[in-house]
Amino acid sequence: MADPPPAAGASSPTLLTVEHLTMRFGGLVAIDDVSFEARNQHITAIIGPNGAGKTTVFNCLTGFYKPTVGRLTLRPPAGGEFLLEQMEGFRIGQHARVARTFQNIRLFPKMSVLENLVVAQHNKLMRASGFTVTGLVGARGYRDAERRAVELARYWLDRIGLTDRADDNAGNLPYGAQRRLEIIRAMCTEPRLLCLDEPAAGLNPRESAELNELLLFIRDEQKIGVLLIEHDMSVVMKISDHVVVLDYGRKISDGTPAEVRNDPAVIRAYLGEAETDELPPEVAADLAEEGRI
Amino acid sequence: MVAAVEGARKATRTVPAMAKDAVIFAAVSLALAIPLVGFYITDQGSTNTLHTRFGPMFYGVGVLFLGKLALSFAESSEAIARRIALIGSALAVLWFVIAVTGVVQDDNQVLGWFTWIVVVAVAVRGWVESRRSGAAARAIATAEGTSLGAAVARLGRFLGPLFIGIALVAPFYAAAIDDKRLVDLGVLIFTYIMLGWGLNVVVGLAGLLDLGYVAFYAVGAYTYAVFSVKLGLNFWETLPVAGALAASFGILLGFPVLRLRGDYLAIVTLGFGEIIRIILLNWAELAGGAQGIGGIERPSFFGMPFTASPPEGTTSFNEFFNIEFSPMHRQIYLYYIILLLALLTNWFTLRIRKLPIGRAWEALREDEIACRALGINPTNTKLTAFAIGAMFGGFAGSFFATRQGFISPESFNFLESAIILAIVVLGGMGSQIGVVIATIVLIGGPEWFRDLAAYRMLAFGGLMVLIMIWRPEGLLAHREPTIRMHSQKRSA
Amino acid sequence: MAYFLQQLINGVVLGSIFGLIAIGYTMVYGIIGMVNFAHGDIFMIGGFVTIITFLVLGAIGLTWAPLALLLMLVIAMGFTALHGWAVERVAYRPLRTSNRLAPLISAIGMSIFLQNYVQIIQGARNKALGTPLISGSIQLMERDGFAVQITYMQIVIVVLTIVLMVGFTMLISNTALGRNQRACEQDMRMARLLGVDVDRTISLTFVMGAALAAVAGMVWLLYYGIIDFYVGFLAGIKAFSAAVLGGIGSLPGAMLGGLLIGLIEVFWSAYFSVEYKDVAAFAILVLALVFRPTGLLGKPEIEKV
Ligand SMILES: Nc1ncnc2c1ncn2[C@@H]1O[C@H](COP(=O)(O)OP(=O)(O)OP(=O)(O)O)[C@@H](O)[C@H]1O
Ligand SMILES: [Mg+2]
Repeated sequence: MADPPPAAGASSPTLLTVEHLTMRFGGLVAIDDVSFEARNQHITAIIGPNGAGKTTVFNCLTGFYKPTVGRLTLRPPAGGEFLLEQMEGFRIGQHARVARTFQNIRLFPKMSVLENLVVAQHNKLMRASGFTVTGLVGARGYRDAERRAVELARYWLDRIGLTDRADDNAGNLPYGAQRRLEIIRAMCTEPRLLCLDEPAAGLNPRESAELNELLLFIRDEQKIGVLLIEHDMSVVMKISDHVVVLDYGRKISDGTPAEVRNDPAVIRAYLGEAETDELPPEVAADLAEEGRI
Repeated sequence: MVAAVEGARKATRTVPAMAKDAVIFAAVSLALAIPLVGFYITDQGSTNTLHTRFGPMFYGVGVLFLGKLALSFAESSEAIARRIALIGSALAVLWFVIAVTGVVQDDNQVLGWFTWIVVVAVAVRGWVESRRSGAAARAIATAEGTSLGAAVARLGRFLGPLFIGIALVAPFYAAAIDDKRLVDLGVLIFTYIMLGWGLNVVVGLAGLLDLGYVAFYAVGAYTYAVFSVKLGLNFWETLPVAGALAASFGILLGFPVLRLRGDYLAIVTLGFGEIIRIILLNWAELAGGAQGIGGIERPSFFGMPFTASPPEGTTSFNEFFNIEFSPMHRQIYLYYIILLLALLTNWFTLRIRKLPIGRAWEALREDEIACRALGINPTNTKLTAFAIGAMFGGFAGSFFATRQGFISPESFNFLESAIILAIVVLGGMGSQIGVVIATIVLIGGPEWFRDLAAYRMLAFGGLMVLIMIWRPEGLLAHREPTIRMHSQKRSA
Repeated sequence: MAYFLQQLINGVVLGSIFGLIAIGYTMVYGIIGMVNFAHGDIFMIGGFVTIITFLVLGAIGLTWAPLALLLMLVIAMGFTALHGWAVERVAYRPLRTSNRLAPLISAIGMSIFLQNYVQIIQGARNKALGTPLISGSIQLMERDGFAVQITYMQIVIVVLTIVLMVGFTMLISNTALGRNQRACEQDMRMARLLGVDVDRTISLTFVMGAALAAVAGMVWLLYYGIIDFYVGFLAGIKAFSAAVLGGIGSLPGAMLGGLLIGLIEVFWSAYFSVEYKDVAAFAILVLALVFRPTGLLGKPEIEKV
């Protein structure tokens, strides 16, 4: 197996710091005192069995849940600091510019692909349209801004090969295309940190390979940080620079893919005490591929 | 696959099975009819008298029985059986009409109508069903709704100007044949079109279910009424104030409640509509209480009133133009005012749909969570939709006040809200032309049957249910993208 | 104090009525997530069936109050439940998989239809019961020349409501039907896969809601002695407010919400102004939703993303 292509800046600055994050739902502790860091221009993978609390971490980061305890700090490379846990949901997207996708795709299905991408540039365009006033009378400035918005959309559509379908309803795209569209919609917000919740779920091997390429492109060319939740170990091992492993809401391991792969705690979490021949086929296959069985 | 299964089930149904169905159907109908149709109460003073109405009841149930039977036959898989059964059962129903009408006395007119509705329904349904079945039919209906909408949208380029052209010259035609009622109807239709377009911003675009839209209509109407009667301001001076005030009410209401889930929002807006009405009903000093406000200034044409004998120092419209006085003039002038206001609403909506705020409304309707993740402020965005919708409601309300010259809380009840909402939803949410068509169907049509008020509303309610079942997305459920990357030809 | 006590009694009685209607709203909302807008009109139909049954019983000479009451109750519940069933079958079932607005619009259409249907077949005028079925009262206390009274009718109403509530709660918590209902609430598709007859469960939910609304309609008629085709609109909205106030989806919540709305309305009329009593109910609804959207007894709910 080829080594993962190295991240551009091995010493790139820390973008996100998660400290003592805890999230309780009534009696259920979904996340229990988790701390980790994510660097700029790195792909940081969060892995763990079902129900480990991965999506909940994203929901805390993007303001959908208020963490019970914890501090979430975003430090853009250009300077400044955002305390995400204190910000209202939509402001995290607007000001801190943390963008995300969802485990179960959330597009605007009855709007066209292009509209999906233009809506993502809402705040920029709102300002350009003079908060609707000058836009209403058709001022020049707004028309230019809209043209640039379409250009940005075209740039990303070209990347994922969906330019031809720009005017179709997003809901009519095939599943894999919807997944990619959701990612580039998030990219159209020009984020500092991109959070992807199982982007490879349900993709075939070819689509999955294309996705890897897209993510590496985003990391290396857009120079932003990526947080990636993923079950597919081959994807994680191939493209991530850093891996955080959660189990039952607790962080059980944290390190480079190679370190995590050999961590006994991780193996236990995934294998339990079971015999290897009782493993679910996907897990067994993944492990086999990685030469562990 | 579901369609195939259903088709197979229908095809293998035997005559006894169909008869059994019809018997069950009739039995349920009978059970429903016994207490409320079979008996009725009349009262003289405080003593009630109970009457029976079994003849008409059995007659009605009989019609339903035969209708259901005919429908089953018509849905049968054998073409010939289908046709024979259809004709045979239609004849049977007809025979029933003739034979039993004697039994029925004063209700026979209604029952005649009822019978005919059933016959027509069976015929139409049978004809449609004979070509396709069940779930497939529904899928096709939806697809048809969309493609019909698409066709109308394509034609829109011609239809729009055509409609406007007709709307512009219609009063001249009415004047030529001297039909005041026609102009009145035109005014009424355009009032509802304007209201529909205003509410379309809130419900159709932003997806916020507002059941109290009439409150803003009332605010606009009372604003003009009070300003006119107490301060002597005229219509055009008050119009912006009325719009602004209605919009403020929209924001006032919207601010606390727009976070709520869709159905909750619906009920709260409904409650708000009722609150406004009750306040108007009880606020005697300013709003005149139940009596309302009369003597509201009618509109004048650049200061020239439409009266036969103008007050001292003013010239009336007909004197100025040196034409003979006719009450039609004012009517026609009102018509043009509402046409102008409605077209303004339409222009505004079409325009704002293509602005970021308009797109954000639609995006919110589709998925609020995704919007939040993209940094869109849901509360402010919804609030704008609410305020703008309310503003148009306020404009329309002012117009209503100047048109009537008299307003009272009675005009602003929940039913009005329901009618406006029905126009928006039945037309196809977000479709501007759908609003026009739905208004003509729902307001224009029944307006000719004014005398049958209760029947009219009965049909109105029934129609709402039927259209929803038939086309849950509305009559013209088609949406054109607000921005395109490729020219339209290529994508088609 | 005496005046207060009297109002308290009146409020509890009115609250019982709202509570009985609210259960129908809350159950339907719980299971299919829609506001059954026509439920208020089902309540109205319950009242009409009651008055007609009353007159029929009178016509055949059955006037012994306890038996007449029992028969009215059973007949009204039966026929009204059938109406509830039919409404679901005709107007909602075909729309179960469609968008969120369609069933609500259909329900509003149904409500308009039912109102006008009753207006046409029974006339637009008030229908008065005439002679009260149960008369007489107990004087609880007298102070400052003000006598606190509780009528036998009020006692019957409250006892009836309590008995029905207890029976109904037992029905829901102890039978397969209740279990099926809860299964459908949680996950309709999964319930179907596990062999729950979803259609039947939903139908029965409507039937039960309508039966309780019929009781409310009967109680309304007995208490106020008068009913008209429009009565379901306001009563329905208030009952819905009650359901929301109590926490929609929660049966005890519906009852509690009903009581509160009834008390608020009565006290507001007694101490402030009768004209604005409906405003009070709505204002409470708005406040409740703004400050506690899950209602008093509803479970707090975090949107799962
Ligand atoms: N809003 C909520 N209310 C109650 N419990 C919740 C909520 N959101 C998440 N949970 C619980 O928190 C735990 C973690 O859920 P989460 O969705 O974060 O898991 P996950 O790691 O993303 O799993 P998967 O791989 O299946 O997506 C689960 O037990 C889940 O049921
Ligand atoms: Mg997850």
